[in-house]
Amino acid sequence: MRSVFYILTACLVMVLAVWAYRQNYETQASLREVRELRSEIGELREHAGVLRAEWAYLNRPERLANLADMNFNRLELLPLRPDHFGHIDQITYPIEPLSPIIVPIEVMSRLREIQ
Amino acid sequence: MTRTPLRPLARILAARRAGENPDSIERDNLAERHEAERDGARARAEGRLLVLGVVFLCAFTMVGLKMSVTAGTDPVEPRAAASGTQIIATRADITDRNGRILATNLTTNALYAQPPLMIEPELVARKLVTIFPDLNEERLIQQFTGARKFVWIKRRISPEQQQAVFDIGDPGLLFGPREMRLYPNGRVAAHVLGGAGYGREGVSSAEVIGVAGLEKALDDVLRDPGRGDVPLALSLDLTVQAAVERVLAGGMRLMNAKGAAAVLMDINTGEIVSIASLPDFDPNNRPTPLTTGDPGNSPLFNRAVQGVYELGSTYKIFAVAQGIEERIVSRSTMVDIQGPLRWGKFKIRDFRNYGKALSVEDVIVKSSNIGTARIAQKIGAERQQAFLGQLGLLEATPVELIEAGGARPLLPKSWSEISTMTISYGHGISTSPLHLAAAYASLLNGGLKVAPTLLKKDYPMPGPRIISEDTSRQAREMLRQVVTRGTASFGEVPGYRVGGKTGTADKPKPTGGYYEAKVIATFASFFPADDPKYVLVVTLDEPVETSGKEPRRTAGWTAVPVAAEVIRRVAPLLGLAPGVEPEARTGVTLARN
Repeated sequence: MRSVFYILTACLVMVLAVWAYRQNYETQASLREVRELRSEIGELREHAGVLRAEWAYLNRPERLANLADMNFNRLELLPLRPDHFGHIDQITYPIEPLSPIIVPIEVMSRLREIQ
Repeated sequence: MTRTPLRPLARILAARRAGENPDSIERDNLAERHEAERDGARARAEGRLLVLGVVFLCAFTMVGLKMSVTAGTDPVEPRAAASGTQIIATRADITDRNGRILATNLTTNALYAQPPLMIEPELVARKLVTIFPDLNEERLIQQFTGARKFVWIKRRISPEQQQAVFDIGDPGLLFGPREMRLYPNGRVAAHVLGGAGYGREGVSSAEVIGVAGLEKALDDVLRDPGRGDVPLALSLDLTVQAAVERVLAGGMRLMNAKGAAAVLMDINTGEIVSIASLPDFDPNNRPTPLTTGDPGNSPLFNRAVQGVYELGSTYKIFAVAQGIEERIVSRSTMVDIQGPLRWGKFKIRDFRNYGKALSVEDVIVKSSNIGTARIAQKIGAERQQAFLGQLGLLEATPVELIEAGGARPLLPKSWSEISTMTISYGHGISTSPLHLAAAYASLLNGGLKVAPTLLKKDYPMPGPRIISEDTSRQAREMLRQVVTRGTASFGEVPGYRVGGKTGTADKPKPTGGYYEAKVIATFASFFPADDPKYVLVVTLDEPVETSGKEPRRTAGWTAVPVAAEVIRRVAPLLGLAPGVEPEARTGVTLARN
């Protein structure tokens, strides 16, 4: 009985040792992956920052004003003026669509009459 | 363990036979047994002590080893637990109130040289000068061939320049990564942003620090790594700021002014929507401060915040509002304005003779110095000082700019009666346009004090009450009259019911006295008059309007048209649709007992 217990304990120790060994390497691999991901995130963030800066630079008010001036013929953009505000009453109601033709009209006979 | 009997029969029998007491045998045996037990217990206790000692020794050895390892190795960041935002901890971005970027970071490179590694120093120097024309070839050769082991060449270079330096192909030229602060909008809001430079500098990194304006005042906030990537949102509106600067620059050129400033502020919260000072500069390439002459002439000088000027008649409304609030006068009280008003050796005159007496309302509308001085006389120095102090006109503004703390108002040394009289029409006290805007906002928003701020507020924080709602309304109505029938008639913008007060003050000479033909023209306005939303202060430095026969310098001819144009451009951008002025109430008078 005792020897069986010893053998089982020895087996358990070996299993645990293997588990700990594998766990150690898995942890190290995960940490390496985290490090790589983190540096990738850092690079991407930096890149996004550059893109944001570029977007802001391209949208600077001075450039937009110049572009609006250059393309005035096509876009006809003006600085917003007080008289650009409209009132709801100034908008017409949409034109009602024509009702469908239910009673057909004899067109051919009328044409003949005209001829 | 075999147990020895206490009374072994053989020995007992032998003792009996010999006539001895057999009990002594038992006692001897008992004593022996006790001794043996005691020895055993001691041995066990000693063993336990030993084990315990070994355990403690191991534990302390472990602790000692861990401590020496901790002390002897470089610190490592905990890698497993760190949130994503702190991966690149950089200076926080600055955005306007709508999230448009005003300042951000960019990674570039710094160029340095290690002359011992260099192969052809002369050739390198010649090629570097073709890439960077501002470098001096002789000086470079001297540096490269001397005893120095390390030379900084350029703090910041662009990717194109970096490629060109690569193409030189000399191993002695090296790059160090650098963060740089970028202001993508160039000159827009230059004085607010200030600029940034490098603090402590190493080969592989450098510390970016603010050198002026908001960047310096809020340096700690912007550098706080705990912020993550949350940008700092300002109260400025980029579109409005750009429009104000554009209109102001045009106005400054038309009015032949040498400088101009404008402050546009939310009347209820004190948020500065736009603050401009001309001439301006590019914060990406901040000019060096002037070493000679008046620092006020430098483009770095923020006229809206640092420029403390006598702002003239714009102050009159403070005296009149206080008079009405303290029931000293009412709007219709007639004030004697016969001039000149003498006080000791001083004489107070009006710009024109307006007759013998004017109502308090007309004192404001016609801008009578004498009338205001008389009202101030009744108020008295002490109460006037307290009132101006409540409006924040006696101390530096709390705005988040490093320059603001240094711009303290200039006050008279002793607040005598003549000071009271001159201060009532804006002479003898010098404040910045920002002070004036904050004071007008506090006076006209219903009487609650506002503190000017550049940071976006998420909710309004009403300040302490300065004047009653009713006095505030009367002040608004009087200032509206200044535009409809008074000195600021050019300030009328159809649909926006502008109210305001002009102020023209002679510029003081540095040697004492005042210039004859140099003025500071100011228009402090608010709109819409019936439901005020914004305060706008426009100040022009030495304006001259030359369309007439003789040059005109008064604010009504110079600052007012510029301010009107600013309102015309900016009010639609602020989402204010033009409206119709409500009819004056007839029949019903607001009364209170």
